[in-house]
Amino acid sequence: MATTEKLVEIKNLKQYFNIGKANEVRAVNDISFDIYRGETLGLVGESGCGKSTTGRTIIRLYDATDGEVLFNGVNVHGKKSKAELKEFNRKMQMIFQDPQASLNPRMKVSDIIAEGIDIHGLAKSKEERKRRVVELLETVGLNKEHANRYPHEFSGGQRQRIGIARALAVEPEFIIADEPISALDVSIQAQVVNLMKKLQKEKGLTYLFIAHDLSMVKYISDRIGVMYFGKLVELAPADELYQNPIHPYTQSLLSAIPLPDPNYERNRKRKTYNPSVHQYTEDDDVQFREVKPGHFVQCSVKEWEQYKTQYAK
Amino acid sequence: MEKILEVKDLHISFHTFSGEVQAIRGVNFDLLKGETLAIVGESGSGKSVTTKALMRLLPESNSEIKAGEILFDGKDLAKLSDKAMQKLRGKEISMIFQDPMTSLNPTMKIGKQIIEPIVKHQKLSKSAAKKRAIEILELVGIANPEVRFEQYPHQFSGGMRQRVVIAIALACNPKVLIADEPTTALDVTIQAQILELMKDLQKKIDTSIIFITHDLGVVANVADRVAVMYGGKIVEIGTVDEIFYNPQHPYTWGLISSMPTLDSDDEELYAIPGTPPDLLHPPKGDAFAPRNAYAMKIDLEKQPPMYKVSDTHYAATWLLHPDAPKVEPPPAVKRRQREFLEMKEGN
Ligand SMILES: Nc1ncnc2c1ncn2[C@@H]1O[C@H](COP(=O)(O)OP(=O)(O)OP(=O)(O)O)[C@@H](O)[C@H]1O
Ligand SMILES: Nc1ncnc2c1ncn2[C@@H]1O[C@H](COP(=O)(O)OP(=O)(O)OP(=O)(O)O)[C@@H](O)[C@H]1O
Ligand SMILES: [Mg+2]
Ligand SMILES: [Mg+2]
Repeated sequence: MATTEKLVEIKNLKQYFNIGKANEVRAVNDISFDIYRGETLGLVGESGCGKSTTGRTIIRLYDATDGEVLFNGVNVHGKKSKAELKEFNRKMQMIFQDPQASLNPRMKVSDIIAEGIDIHGLAKSKEERKRRVVELLETVGLNKEHANRYPHEFSGGQRQRIGIARALAVEPEFIIADEPISALDVSIQAQVVNLMKKLQKEKGLTYLFIAHDLSMVKYISDRIGVMYFGKLVELAPADELYQNPIHPYTQSLLSAIPLPDPNYERNRKRKTYNPSVHQYTEDDDVQFREVKPGHFVQCSVKEWEQYKTQYAK
Repeated sequence: MEKILEVKDLHISFHTFSGEVQAIRGVNFDLLKGETLAIVGESGSGKSVTTKALMRLLPESNSEIKAGEILFDGKDLAKLSDKAMQKLRGKEISMIFQDPMTSLNPTMKIGKQIIEPIVKHQKLSKSAAKKRAIEILELVGIANPEVRFEQYPHQFSGGMRQRVVIAIALACNPKVLIADEPTTALDVTIQAQILELMKDLQKKIDTSIIFITHDLGVVANVADRVAVMYGGKIVEIGTVDEIFYNPQHPYTWGLISSMPTLDSDDEELYAIPGTPPDLLHPPKGDAFAPRNAYAMKIDLEKQPPMYKVSDTHYAATWLLHPDAPKVEPPPAVKRRQREFLEMKEGN
């Protein structure tokens, strides 16, 4: 389903916090990549490496420190009219990591889900609004009895499903899903992932899928980007990344995936990553480079040559 | 082995506008000294409520322990006074919550939040407590602990917050540690470090751990035993090998079939059909029956008892009744059973 049409272009994006202070954090430090219409781009990496910040900056929850994000060719952070802004807000939706914090505790589930429908006038009548809410609840594995309850009456996983229903309600083009399924049990995870894939097929949706469960990321993603300390260190088609991880951080990450097999776990050998293995010097021009077609790695020229002889056949 | 905690016939309800939600409907299990018991199961099945009950952290306004006992150190925690409970909480029994944001105070510096329980329970001086706090932050893998000590929760990423919560729970070397999805927010390398840390600690101070997670890979890594919950009950319990290689309950079969493996590229993942039971009106029979392709007439009428599979393995399914027909488990489960048999014969 992935096309070659660029839906989102991220160019030299930077997001720093507390600039100039002792506790300055370069959460996103000069990353560039494209997301094609209809694809799922998985984003993985160490916790705290800047995945959520990347997502939040793309959707304009933060103003970028530097660099730009183009959506359908239009600069996201540029000036816009009210109408443009509203349309933009509908087309790009985010599903949050923390369902607890993202649902208004004083609103009924039906109103939470229908909020976007109301703002964008997507239902013509009360009946249609209600029907859509019930439909959405069922799509995410809840049922119509849940519509009149409040968020605190739900389990963690149930709350996350409400967040997904809310994002789907406005029929967006692009969804940034920040760990949308980590709080769900495996069967519901399977349901949600099947659902996301189905919606993608039917509506040509594009996803940026941030997650820690690497088996699931591999399953859902067309391509996967690996982040480490504010940088994108590797980007490749999903199967390729798992078969030929090149950056030592990616190798360490893949070696730590827990598998549902007690015997395997008892004998697991984990690789650790130590950034000093690169032995970069001041003169090294460390950049994101293509090692084989479609497979990019952050590396020095020397490493690049080495990777190419080692991996590119 | 010595039992450190015994939960007997626990029933818990919530009183809501729509009526009584019977969230826990007769839960029984023991926790042995020094072991890790994993609790898995559908979202909404009662994992968090069960463990919150052990800490007596259920909302007072609308929850009720309707029956049952929670025996710890010769005391019934279900009936302990609030004051006595406060002394235990955070010291003898400690909990890491599912949602790190709710367990951290957003307006209080991280350091202060770690020091508080140390000062309260261990009677250390402020400066000694600070030293210990920084040690623990380092232990859970937070770089620059001195700087981080002075920061607020919103300045931490999701995974870093969770490590702080873990640091707080470990601060007093508890006898029982309840960890409710402690690593879901972490990447797999940090997760592996935290799991190793928990295992280390367990060896050192013989802590018993109740570990709730949806990640069966993590279960395979940490658990000695596994309890599977569905609809407010434990439907299967056994050693980690018994549950992964010889599961008996059709819900456990469904769970195992739903997992993607690193080489699954089927069009669709298997998902258990149907919706979770409505605990406002719990079904008369086996709560899983409406979604169970193997259900028999009796499943709709009567709740199955716990059948013994081995000394350590029990499952509540009518399929284990001596008169029940022999059925074929789903392919993913059969593959596991076969591989395991081969492995056993191999060595
Ligand atoms: N509002 C903020 N103010 C200051 N620092 C922040 C803020 N938000 C994030 N950070 C910092 O930016 C870095 C990246 O955080 P981010 O939440 O993007 O990580 P992440 O990759 O999503 O991690 P996780 O997997 O744990 O969710 C972290 O060091 C974090 O402490
Ligand atoms: N405060 C409450 N008021 C009413 N019902 C509640 C309350 N807390 C929990 N419940 C209900 O109790 C049941 C069990 O919830 P619990 O949080 O234990 O699920 P869980 O197994 O931990 O799920 P998850 O994996 O999603 O965290 C659910 O049906 C939930 O809706
Ligand atoms: Mg994040
Ligand atoms: Mg829970």
